Amino acid sequence: MKKIALSNIDLLYKEIAGAQELYLPVKVAGATNFKKFEDGVEVDIKSLQTVKSAKDLFFPQSEDMMEFKTSGKSIEVIDARKKAEPFVLFGVRGCDLKSFEVLDKVFLAEPVDTMYQAKREAVTVVTLACNNPETSCFCKVFGVDASNPKGDVQATIVSDEMHFEALTEKGEKLLSSLKCLEDCEGKGVEEEKAQIKEKIDALPFVNLDLTNFKGENLMELFNRPEWEELSKACLGCGTCTFVCPTCQCFDIRDFQTNAGVKRFRCWDSCMYSEFTKMAAENPRKNQMQRYRQRFMHKLCYFPSNNDGEYGCVGCGRCVKKCPQSLNIVKVIKKLGGNK
Amino acid sequence: MTNEALIPVVGVITDIRRDTPDVKTFRVVTPDGKKAFEHMPGQCAMLSIPGVGEAMFSITSSPTNTEFMEFSIKKCGCVTSWLHSCEVGQMVTIRGPYGNGFPVTKDFKGKNLLFIAGGIGLAPLRSVINYVRANRADYGTVDIVYGSRSMDDLVDFKEIQEEWKNEKDFNVYLTIDRPQEGWDGHVGFVPAYVKEVNIPTDRTAVLCGPPIMIKFTLQALLELGFEKTQVFTTLEFRMKCGIGKCGRCNVGDKYICKDGPVFRMDQLEELPSEY
Amino acid sequence: MQRLKTAMIEKATALLTSGEVSKVLGWKKGELGFDVEPAVFTSVDSLVDFTYDAFCGANLSKYLVEESKKEGKILVFLKPCDSYSFNQLIKEHRIKKENVYTVGIECQGKVDPYKLKENGIEFVTDASETVDTVTVNGKEFKKEEIILGKCLTCTKKLLSYDDVISFNEKREPSLDRFEMVKKLEAMTADERYAFWKDQLSNCIRCNACRNVCPACTCTKCVFDNDNSGIASKANSDSFEEKMFHIIRAFHVAGRCTDCGECSRVCPQHIPLHLLNRKFISDIDRLYGEYQAGEDTESKGPLTNYTTGDVDPSDVFGGK
Repeated sequence: MKKIALSNIDLLYKEIAGAQELYLPVKVAGATNFKKFEDGVEVDIKSLQTVKSAKDLFFPQSEDMMEFKTSGKSIEVIDARKKAEPFVLFGVRGCDLKSFEVLDKVFLAEPVDTMYQAKREAVTVVTLACNNPETSCFCKVFGVDASNPKGDVQATIVSDEMHFEALTEKGEKLLSSLKCLEDCEGKGVEEEKAQIKEKIDALPFVNLDLTNFKGENLMELFNRPEWEELSKACLGCGTCTFVCPTCQCFDIRDFQTNAGVKRFRCWDSCMYSEFTKMAAENPRKNQMQRYRQRFMHKLCYFPSNNDGEYGCVGCGRCVKKCPQSLNIVKVIKKLGGNK
Repeated sequence: MTNEALIPVVGVITDIRRDTPDVKTFRVVTPDGKKAFEHMPGQCAMLSIPGVGEAMFSITSSPTNTEFMEFSIKKCGCVTSWLHSCEVGQMVTIRGPYGNGFPVTKDFKGKNLLFIAGGIGLAPLRSVINYVRANRADYGTVDIVYGSRSMDDLVDFKEIQEEWKNEKDFNVYLTIDRPQEGWDGHVGFVPAYVKEVNIPTDRTAVLCGPPIMIKFTLQALLELGFEKTQVFTTLEFRMKCGIGKCGRCNVGDKYICKDGPVFRMDQLEELPSEY
Repeated sequence: MQRLKTAMIEKATALLTSGEVSKVLGWKKGELGFDVEPAVFTSVDSLVDFTYDAFCGANLSKYLVEESKKEGKILVFLKPCDSYSFNQLIKEHRIKKENVYTVGIECQGKVDPYKLKENGIEFVTDASETVDTVTVNGKEFKKEEIILGKCLTCTKKLLSYDDVISFNEKREPSLDRFEMVKKLEAMTADERYAFWKDQLSNCIRCNACRNVCPACTCTKCVFDNDNSGIASKANSDSFEEKMFHIIRAFHVAGRCTDCGECSRVCPQHIPLHLLNRKFISDIDRLYGEYQAGEDTESKGPLTNYTTGDVDPSDVFGGK
């Protein structure tokens, strides 16, 4: 194992960033999100959670796919996909790491999404154990151990030091390349993990019961009358979708530039009224139906197609960010209950 | 396959035929005059005009046509309006094929077939009907019940009259919603006509048309003694990627673009009615 | 606060029982104490979940755009700030007034859950308040430390309703609402650009600000309309994110009541209300002080021409 004093941690960022691009939680105008490390940025490694998840490092909010040159009746298609350079993603929490597995099931399933795959292969993930899990966290319900998040390298803060353990070849390569780290025994790491586990067990949502969410009772869940009440206050915005680490719906759109047409893909939300709108009709006409789709997808449709794996990792971002305090916890409690 | 599939190839429109006041059939080949790709009946392709948009269309021509692909397209949204205004020689982009298509080599094989279509709903069926014609020995009797608002709204009228009607063991039943001068055929809605014709229940049925027509025709078939397991349909849904990733056409645990668009009626019953 | 809540439940029970209304629009208890959600109650029994406390920051008026068009009369509880939005929506013919029974309720500022979290409280087990303090889980906070930004500057008062529930406990604003606008005006153009660039670079285009905004009630927003030519779901470049917010601010100018919901709901805490306040401050300077939503009849300064109207360049220069 290796370690560094938190007071020197800037040295670590600089050394990593000297060799490849480094993305980590950075605070800009009061909000912390994964951003590129550059001189002068305010790294915010201590706050538990970024507003946006880390998914946009692999599946950016908008991404160019191709360009078209048109003249008269003719069209030329130009591939605009960018090559992915190796990069380090630092400070990923257990929930977000788990979300990569969920996203993999969509993007790496045949036919493989090469834009996503290239970035997934280019990354070295350094996770960070959650010293202070929050009330809104319920990752344990989805099988995540936030004290032991894994990844290529796993980092744990023990008092004023950060300890690192390489878990993959990639992780080994990264750690061994960093001169600012010193070797250590990992003293206190296990104790810290045990403490974190205790904290997690005491959180209010760790006993959510998922047993009612399975593929077989799809229609029963779909037809539950509670959806009406659960969705009543929904504004139809995309906040939950866009802060969610597992939401992966996208749109493909064209953008007219002076030089031609750019075709890009961008995040989309099943909460938006025009998500399923066709020229003649819209199969999901009201917000209740759209709201139900989002949660049914995560708790029922996705597991039905993926050997019982849920499309939620319990990060609690929707709990914290929904403008009107609607969230998946309320859905699970209403339709599933507590253990 | 990879999502290179999202990057289309260029196609050229080499022929535009007006079928009805709001339906045109477009013939598309690659710039070197070939078919863009092979497909099975009932599969779809994404056509796009850069800057206007991309949309999913059923491939109307039969896979047995080795020279080109055809798309019968009703003018109703951005992309379709643009296509309706373009001229021969216009390039478009094309990618595919998408979807499962009709089970022509499995469930349909050796069966007597009943095709029921309303309006533009004939477009996806034309592909399979002509496939059946090309592989005539593999299938039994074919009944076709086709209806439209008016005589002018019958798609492929010429092909129906000149070719389908003369095919061996093909029975074609045409109907229009209201009486019209120059029309001496049947008048009335498709569901009622299906019951009137009283087609034997040994057929495997394929339904395509507006949702309301599908609903009532299915009811009529059930009243005639058909089982839901004998009836297939093809769904329309808004799609973006075509490969089950963008999430748009997710209904229940299915993605219309890859698990569909062709479903058996009993399969649809297990899905939320959001299509 | 408890007596206010009790009086509200009594009112709702009475009106539901007499049949004068068939539904009640209010707030429902959450899971963590602070996460109350707007809700429609359709029976006296369902009022068991009804709450009104220091966490009911959400503005209910916009829900009436849909709810008032449904069958049956609906009772709505309006905080002072919500009342201005309500009036403005009536003025814009968005709400069917005859289907709404309005009850004005007193408010002394609502708690900002984020500020509470910064103070170490993530789970509210117990809360009470006075005009100037809130006590959460036994810990007392001064209101100015803990309430929503929109409440710090609130000068809104109870307007006219079918009924009012008030104990005449009004809280005075802690800050001048134009203070930050003045600071921004005092910046150089470059400084101001840098400020907004940083703020708006966090925007994720979730549309929460637009969807919560009582002034944004277009049936189809231009940004959602593929035929508008400017439909966009994501910022395809760094210029676009600014355009979305600036266009929105222009569109609600003169109609924005300064309810502050845009900033309350922004997941990235972008102070979007400042764009609107700049417009409000400019309108005040050009046409005299004007508060949108104070009444349901008068014409707004930007939708009403008088020969006495000043030329903006007379005030701001630039001729």
